[in-house]
Amino acid sequence: MLNRQELTDIIREFEPEVEFPEGTPLLEAIVPAEKLFALTEKLKSDKRTAFNYLINHTAVDFSTHFTVVYHLDSTEFRHLVVLKSLIADRENPKIDSLTALYPAAEYFEREVFDLFGIRFNNHPNLKRLFMEDDYGYPLRKDFRDEVNIIER
Amino acid sequence: MGVIKSMKDEDFGDNESLELLKKSGSNVFMTSIDAVLNWGVSNSIWPLTFATSCCGIEMMAAGAPRHDFARFGIEVYRASPRQADVIVIAGTINHKMAPILKRLYDQMPEPKYVIAMGACAVSGGPFFYNSYSVVRGADHVIPVDVYVPGCPPRPEALLYGVMQLQRKIRGESIFDQEDPAEKLL
Repeated sequence: MLNRQELTDIIREFEPEVEFPEGTPLLEAIVPAEKLFALTEKLKSDKRTAFNYLINHTAVDFSTHFTVVYHLDSTEFRHLVVLKSLIADRENPKIDSLTALYPAAEYFEREVFDLFGIRFNNHPNLKRLFMEDDYGYPLRKDFRDEVNIIER
Repeated sequence: MGVIKSMKDEDFGDNESLELLKKSGSNVFMTSIDAVLNWGVSNSIWPLTFATSCCGIEMMAAGAPRHDFARFGIEVYRASPRQADVIVIAGTINHKMAPILKRLYDQMPEPKYVIAMGACAVSGGPFFYNSYSVVRGADHVIPVDVYVPGCPPRPEALLYGVMQLQRKIRGESIFDQEDPAEKLL
């Protein structure tokens, strides 16, 4: 198991542009969106880190931008890292899919696409998971539904 | 007439008008048949195994030995709506669940009863505002007999709701049955 400082150093070594916010309960790394796939690939394949388990993937709408969040775990060393990427383009948000690395990402990403409308490049089957095809993206902050939502 | 042996009518405190709903009036023959029939029906209401969220945990606790549903004749959870008498809507009903709930209700044989358990099933509860997916109360979908408020209600509250349902059943008459669809909002 690597401690926080060792993990930070290894991630910096892989990708110098990564930022590490202070004071977070888990180790967080804010990765530029276009570097996310390459960094995750290294984190997974490197013998020291061996992040072989994608626990969770979700997204957050901050009104000004989207943040996609990945929780990676190593079943070998039991250490954990939180990767975050900012997507500034609200009109046509896009990011690389991690399905090639983690098959579990397929359904996570379909759900994120369904609820936030974030498109994942190279995703094998990017269809709506729950909602109808012509429905909006309900977890976006600017989502409005006159029929079903009672606003307050 | 005391409907529940272990609990006096005045202990219910509220809705003492329930017994006034008795439809068969004072006809001795009819009331005797109703009394026997309703005694049977009200003491063996079998619930459907149906729970959509955390209220289901409380419903399971109500069925477990500490609270022991079965004392009141809510005897055994049936996995098929064909064998169930009451559906306890234990949890949030969202728009995708609504047609399934309606189908389950339609598949239950008469006489059938509905208990709306918890804030979500009563009114949408915590999801009333700003939710795109939740039906504001199960009574938009199927007619409800007893509402049990709480988030989630304790097993005692569900037991109380069940006892109220038993009182309601004992006020019924086979000669003057109401159409459950008329109870819909």
